[in-house]
Amino acid sequence: MANPQDSLSREHGGIPWKHVIGYILSIVLTALALWVTFETGFSTRTILIIIFIFAFLQAALQLLMFMHMTESSEKNNTLTGKTQTGNILFAAFIAIVIVAGSVWVMGAGHAKHDHHKMEMDHDMKMDGDMKMDHGDHK
Amino acid sequence: MKWDEFFVTGDPLIYGADVSIGLTVIGILFYLTYFKKWQWLWREWLTTVDHKKLGIMYIASAVLMLFRGGVDALLMRVQLATPDSKFLDAQHYNEIFTTHGTIMIIFMAMPFLIGLINVVIPLQIGARDVAFPYLNAVSFWTFFIGAMLFNISFVIGGSPSAGWTSYMPLAGNELSPGPGQNYYLLGLQIAGIGTLLTGINFLVTILKMRAPGMTLFKMPMFTWSALITMIIIVFAFPILTVALALMTFDRLFGAHFFTLQGAGMDMLWANLFWLWGHPEVYIVVLPAFGMFSEIISTFSRKVLFGYKAMVWAMVIIAGYSFLVWVHHFFTMGQGELVNSVFSITTMIIGIPTGIKIFNWLFTMYKGKISFTTPMLWSLGFIVNFVIGGVTGVMLAMAAADYQYHNTYFLVAHFHYVLIAGTVFSCFAGLIFWYPKMFGYKLNEAIGKWVFWVFNIGFNVCFIPQFILGLDGMPRRVYTYSAASGWGGLNMLSTVGGFLMGIAFLILAYNFYYSFRYSERENTGDSWGLGRTLEWATTSAVPPHYNFAVTPTVTAMDPLIQMKRDKQDVKPKIEDIKKIHMPDNSGVPFFMASFFFVAGFGLVFEWYWMGIVGLIGVFITLIIRSFDKNEGYYVSEEEIKETERLTV
Ligand code: HEM
Ligand SMILES: [Cu+2]
Repeated sequence: MANPQDSLSREHGGIPWKHVIGYILSIVLTALALWVTFETGFSTRTILIIIFIFAFLQAALQLLMFMHMTESSEKNNTLTGKTQTGNILFAAFIAIVIVAGSVWVMGAGHAKHDHHKMEMDHDMKMDGDMKMDHGDHK
Repeated sequence: MKWDEFFVTGDPLIYGADVSIGLTVIGILFYLTYFKKWQWLWREWLTTVDHKKLGIMYIASAVLMLFRGGVDALLMRVQLATPDSKFLDAQHYNEIFTTHGTIMIIFMAMPFLIGLINVVIPLQIGARDVAFPYLNAVSFWTFFIGAMLFNISFVIGGSPSAGWTSYMPLAGNELSPGPGQNYYLLGLQIAGIGTLLTGINFLVTILKMRAPGMTLFKMPMFTWSALITMIIIVFAFPILTVALALMTFDRLFGAHFFTLQGAGMDMLWANLFWLWGHPEVYIVVLPAFGMFSEIISTFSRKVLFGYKAMVWAMVIIAGYSFLVWVHHFFTMGQGELVNSVFSITTMIIGIPTGIKIFNWLFTMYKGKISFTTPMLWSLGFIVNFVIGGVTGVMLAMAAADYQYHNTYFLVAHFHYVLIAGTVFSCFAGLIFWYPKMFGYKLNEAIGKWVFWVFNIGFNVCFIPQFILGLDGMPRRVYTYSAASGWGGLNMLSTVGGFLMGIAFLILAYNFYYSFRYSERENTGDSWGLGRTLEWATTSAVPPHYNFAVTPTVTAMDPLIQMKRDKQDVKPKIEDIKKIHMPDNSGVPFFMASFFFVAGFGLVFEWYWMGIVGLIGVFITLIIRSFDKNEGYYVSEEEIKETERLTV
């Protein structure tokens, strides 16, 4: 019985450039996000917007470079295609549940009553603290 | 960290543990050296990529962890047996319930199930091995090393003590100083790599490596349950990975994701933990359902009732299990709207589970039932699990949960689900497939003793805790006053706990007794009632390539079909062809060892050591990447000889 592992290794001999480039670009995007956060003087809001854009770019990049996003159209094997589509849809569903669900749960009720305090915290701390108080408990 | 704080000192129990660990290690080293077993150990086990052997190692580790977690449980029960007891102090009690809970779920329940899945699933779908055998070895060794890292905490550096849920801010540096909580973070992180890889590996295996003719809706129920479990693993474990990493950043690098200062959100930890945690509950219970389905159908000599309904119930659960997590913290204060929504989603998820109970009952209805030990555990499961389920629906009502939350009512509930569901299934599956792994059955008479003593003990232990909980006894308290009036029921509960401990010892004796005296099986169909492909092997313990000729499936329960067609499982000599198999590899073992070095370094915040360990991990990755090995072929002659085919 053919082992998927060896069919894979035979298909692409040589250096897997797609993966190498994807990997390097991911590191660059992460480093850029850190640099924007620590080294620029932007407001918290601007920083958040910028690093969110970086995050989405990186997610798209990884889907393309590592996750065989485009494979379903290449192959006419319908099960592979269906699995791929189902997988992406399910992943999107889970991602939305995690993010939107957390925002909803953390922002409701009790947390909402604390909003005033939270905002003060934000104004007073976030901007000042963004440069991170390293070592405050070291 | 001063050197005199390195080893945990001052407690006679710990010194006892030090001595027994030391003696065990010396004993093992002596045995291996004296009987010249080192080479054998390395060749047959440490470097193996065979799914059956990895499965056995998973199960052996899980039984060991059941012992460790069980000792923890009994220590707690001794402390709680009488009011104002001085056996354990508060800190020690906290450490023990934390390690007990974490070990039982992460290092006992999961590996036990994954071990059985490893042994059975490739056989059940007629495959030679999993899709990525090497990766499977990486999974096992990272799990094992993560477990060991977590386990040494109680003699080196001190155990975590913030509960298996590790809520912030309690688990932060201010309230949990020292290495204990770091052990939790890194032990789970390393073991989690293994779990995630297992998820990917078995997903691909089940989707891609089924024998010809086995369509999705001809798959055995255990295979279905494993498939759904792997989907949940692949989507749920990254949440835990991220949450653990964020808390590690908080503790080691002064970040403020979950801390009280710096606008961190302590409650977000609880939120993320349970976003993983509830799917995790299904990860440890769906394979259990799958195994019970196989066992009940086999020993009732009937097709599983409502196969399609069972499958769809599980498919729905795969998505739905991500929509109920808030029921673990109704009292956190997110308000009545959020609570109502999650109250309803939780009650709804009970329906597919309820359907399954009826499916099993109807499978048995008018069946010719054999009361073997695996069947007894399955029957015990149905009765006890219903208690767990009904109390679960009670807890699902948010308003009522304000009363039950954090009391012994909850403790009793989840033990009814976890023990009657997961642990019973592990015992049932282990006994059922034991002849597949070792070529002989566990003794049935002794097995029945284990079943009855354990079952009685289980109920004596946990029924009183429902009452204690309703009476207001909180969970995670190390003692209570005589005036509370909780003494009697607690003593009863402790007696039940010890009955379970005795049952475990009888089980251990049964391993030995059966090894010595059990009759050796000489066919693949040890129980004579097998329905699925794992019983269609020519010998009791299948050879490393599993099937000399890949079987072709024409119906659900393929072996039953073969029996009807009077078709022999023995392969025809002209069908034998050479078989391609993967080579063994020592790299996964070394990779995991480097993970241990890295993890240990980070636990103590010795960064040089962490870096050295991670460099080691990268080196093993590189070695593997440039490894051109394509495996080897088992020759036709060898196969014919193994299968005892003569020309
Ligand atoms: C031998 C049978 C067992 C006994 C006697 C037992 C007993 C206990 C006790 C006394 C506690 C502490 C309650 C408290 O102080 O709040 C506890 C907690 C817990 N147990 Fe067990 N247990 C057993 C088996 C298991 C199994 C098999 C599992 C899981 C598969 C499990 C999972 C847990 C969990 C998750 C906790 C909560 C830990 C925490 O509060 O952080 N237990 N158990
Ligand atoms: Cu839950």
